[in-house]
Amino acid sequence: MLKLENISYIVEEDGLNKTILDNVSLTFEDGKTYVITGPNGSGKSTLVKLIMGIETPTSGNITLNGVSLDNLEINQRANLGISYAFQQPVKFKGLKVRDLLDWASGKKNDFATLCHYLSMVGLCARDYIDRALDDKLSGGELKRIELAMALCRNAKVNIFDEPEAGIDLWSFENLTNIFKNLKNCINIIVSHQKKILQIADEVILIKQGKVEKTGKYKQIAPLIESNQCNKLRGEHE
Amino acid sequence: MNKIEMALLEKVSGLHKIPVGAVNIRKNGEAVKRTSTSEIEIVPKKDGSGIDVFVKPNVKGKSVHIPVLITIGGIDEVVYNDFYIGENADITIIAGCGIHNSSCNSSTHNGIHTFHLAKNSRVKYYESHVGEGEDSGGKILNPTTKIYQDDGSQMDMQTIQIGGVTSTVRKTYASLKNKAKLIVTEKLLTTDFQTADTDFKINLIGAGSSAQIVSRSVAKNYSTQQFKSTLIGKNQCFGHVECDGILLDEARIVSVPKIDAADCNASLIHEAAIGKIAGEELIKLMTLGLTRQQAEEAIIQGFLMGDN
Ligand SMILES: Nc1ncnc2c1ncn2[C@@H]1O[C@H](COP(=O)(O)OP(=O)(O)OP(=O)(O)O)[C@@H](O)[C@H]1O
Ligand SMILES: [Mg+2]
Repeated sequence: MLKLENISYIVEEDGLNKTILDNVSLTFEDGKTYVITGPNGSGKSTLVKLIMGIETPTSGNITLNGVSLDNLEINQRANLGISYAFQQPVKFKGLKVRDLLDWASGKKNDFATLCHYLSMVGLCARDYIDRALDDKLSGGELKRIELAMALCRNAKVNIFDEPEAGIDLWSFENLTNIFKNLKNCINIIVSHQKKILQIADEVILIKQGKVEKTGKYKQIAPLIESNQCNKLRGEHE
Repeated sequence: MNKIEMALLEKVSGLHKIPVGAVNIRKNGEAVKRTSTSEIEIVPKKDGSGIDVFVKPNVKGKSVHIPVLITIGGIDEVVYNDFYIGENADITIIAGCGIHNSSCNSSTHNGIHTFHLAKNSRVKYYESHVGEGEDSGGKILNPTTKIYQDDGSQMDMQTIQIGGVTSTVRKTYASLKNKAKLIVTEKLLTTDFQTADTDFKINLIGAGSSAQIVSRSVAKNYSTQQFKSTLIGKNQCFGHVECDGILLDEARIVSVPKIDAADCNASLIHEAAIGKIAGEELIKLMTLGLTRQQAEEAIIQGFLMGDN
């Protein structure tokens, strides 16, 4: 069980305090899939970064199975079983796909294993393992490799920040199947996509740094739609 | 050769044993082995200042090894090696200098390599510099490379110096005729109080000539590097210089680019980017379980050793 208690994240901008997350408390249970949604800039990425330790909360506590994560570095949290796929995949100069998958899974993988992980995200290992993870790869290829790195960790807590971004529609079905097959772990997916929201055991709607509502997709859907209407109306005013 | 010498030889030339074919091994100021073949002739200069290497026209797929080893302090030498590559020849030249100096006296090697590439010849040139040895004696390596390329020739130069060299001044001069092509890849690592100065001067004289210079360097601790390049285009030509540096600790890298388009059809580009290791690269590797230090090492290793 992953628990966030009274998490706030406040940054200083031009001498003023800006509250990005405001007293968020959430409980994530084992074996369940959570999808975090909400408008752009509402604090979704920030929330998952706090879990991974990429950012540090201004106040509040995070525990995984009763163990406090508060003073742990990113790599220590990773070794406790948290995996994280970035919204924007990180590129390197000179590091190869094979190296990254080996580090991600914590062992030297043979070709068959690499093939297994890459084919999960629809890539043929032969074409990719010896390529550098740099900007010679397309956006969608980078995103798929980012997902493969996260998946091959076989983590207890899987965080995916907008995994659908840049993935072609044709592969969308496969993507949702990947998440459906991640069992016995906690899955936290940040997404705007209806098809992904629909596979959630629980949808968490974040607005302006606050948890607006949690519940089944059916319960949240009307709120999302009205949100969008509000937003549109706002833009017209 | 003893163990230290063999290990040094392997580091500078990738050789596990003394190779067959054209070879010239220089150790502590004198030639210890010299072999010519029917296609590649190695001739010592009359005044003893170096060697001339003649590669006959149309010789293909052959290699020349010319490693230099210095295993004592107090050496200060200037060596001139001239290469004459015949028309249509296609060969690999493996040079490199290793200094293992465990004394308190400095040793210096100034290697001046001049390449004359006849029409349509191709050369792959690998040069690696290594310094090692515990004591205070400097390990100083100053390579100068002069490249004269006739029409349609191609030179692919890879030069690497990964640590241990106290100070280095690396000069590369090239002049390219019609359709000649030059590719240079430089990889540099400096640590401690080491200094490295790189100076490229490339003249694109011929129509359709092209040069691509990529320098990747990492400066750690208090080391300093200076990267200078002058790219002159005097014809319809293409030149690209890229200087990419990672800085750690208190190190410093200075990049001084100069591009001079003396013809309206010259297309010249200089790119330079120097900075710390990108924070997001460190973070990404840490999310995979690597410590900050392991992540830093992995990024530097990839940056210097990976393909471009
Ligand atoms: N260090 C920071 N300094 C200032 N503002 C920040 C900082 N980090 C995040 N923000 C702001 O916090 C808000 C939330 O950002 P976040 O990336 O979490 O949004 P998001 O919900 O993931 O949005 P999107 O759907 O566009 O990905 C944004 O307005 C962003 O500009
Ligand atoms: Mg986001």
